[in-house]
Amino acid sequence: MQAALILMPVTVARSLDHALAALEECPEALILAGGTDVMVQVNKGSLSVDQVVAIGRVPELQGWSREDDWLHLGAGVTYSEMMGKEISSMVPALAQASRTVGSPQIRNAGTIGGNLGTSSPAGDTLPTLFALEAVLTIRSSAGIRKLPINQFVVGVKQNALQPGELIEKISVPVLEGSQEFCKIGPRNAMVISVASFTLLTDVKENQVRSCLGTVGPVPIRPTEAENLLSNGVDWGKNEVSSEVLDAFASLCADAAQPIDDHRGSAAYRRHAIKILSRRAACRIFSEGNS
Amino acid sequence: MSNDFYTLNVNGKDHQVADSWVGESLLWVLRERLGFPGAKNACEEGECGSCSVRIGEEVVCSCLVLAGSAIEQDITTIEGLSAEGELSDVQQAFIDAGAVQCGFCTPGLLVTIDDLLEKNKNPDDLTVREAISGNLCRCTGYGRILEAVQMAAASRRGEKRE
Repeated sequence: MQAALILMPVTVARSLDHALAALEECPEALILAGGTDVMVQVNKGSLSVDQVVAIGRVPELQGWSREDDWLHLGAGVTYSEMMGKEISSMVPALAQASRTVGSPQIRNAGTIGGNLGTSSPAGDTLPTLFALEAVLTIRSSAGIRKLPINQFVVGVKQNALQPGELIEKISVPVLEGSQEFCKIGPRNAMVISVASFTLLTDVKENQVRSCLGTVGPVPIRPTEAENLLSNGVDWGKNEVSSEVLDAFASLCADAAQPIDDHRGSAAYRRHAIKILSRRAACRIFSEGNS
Repeated sequence: MSNDFYTLNVNGKDHQVADSWVGESLLWVLRERLGFPGAKNACEEGECGSCSVRIGEEVVCSCLVLAGSAIEQDITTIEGLSAEGELSDVQQAFIDAGAVQCGFCTPGLLVTIDDLLEKNKNPDDLTVREAISGNLCRCTGYGRILEAVQMAAASRRGEKRE
């Protein structure tokens, strides 16, 4: 089997070992998951491919498992699967984010591992994974290493994946409390994000976790805003004052590092974060008048 | 794969693809190499859904599938929805409802709707809208398409036409 690998431009991996052997043989091969990002570039001619390792049907990368308060998602889990009952009950914001990705056809093909591999600032699962402080299991034929997501996604479409490695799974804590993901694009559906925002509550710790998407080279945790809201919420009543909400939204907007591009101006994006952050908080907490 | 070939199973039959280039999309191979021109090529970036095909149990955009990676899977195109020369129930409903105008989006819609009705015999309007949200039609305004879906759903449930 291995001797034949070198001759085949497309290796359809049957197992994790098969994929890793192919990557060891050809470390620069393109790793193809759902293809929804890669094939757009290939079709346009902006990406040329010589060697491909297709991992879409590797059984070890499919499905998920629950271990105490942790959810382990195989890198091959699709957006459609994340919208399903089970994952959406454990990580609602991830399901909400998945629902904003492309069309049903795209969500049937695209995967969480692919979203991470692409590491686009507009990657829809990234803000929630950053807020959850997800841990990635990265595997090569030499073994595994684990990396927190903020050490994995390091720049615009740049990540810490080395030649010969692939993402095996993504582990996130299952929190108790409401979650909201919001996204703004040029229209209501099938859009690449102009600004996105995730807000998660942890009612055991009386804390919120939050993250801004598409308004910086990598997703941004607005830590000052998180602290302000965590301390400002009346957790017994699930209530927060208008003043705290306003201050939270302003701090979130301050934390953004947006750029002007063809999808929106920096000023618009900062404004959008202010709106989205307040909106998300209002969906979770009732607005009090204290 | 210049010195080699691979095999795609399309509509229940194996087809060999020879002398291909590694980056060819399934859509391109279906249309240009294997003689299945039903799936349409419009955006080539997964926006329009006119290239929709079913692979296994899921409808995907064939323009975003690397053809060489689709080996050993059941690929169903619009050509496979009914026996040659016959119309499927969804196709007939499209004609009866007047849901076809320019026709470019129609094959993709038919594949998507067939898949929907396989999985859900009685979809409500919102479910239908969600299911076809990845198939853009710029002619009809969708009204007659929605009507056709309900007609096909009713006939698949064995209900008689009024």
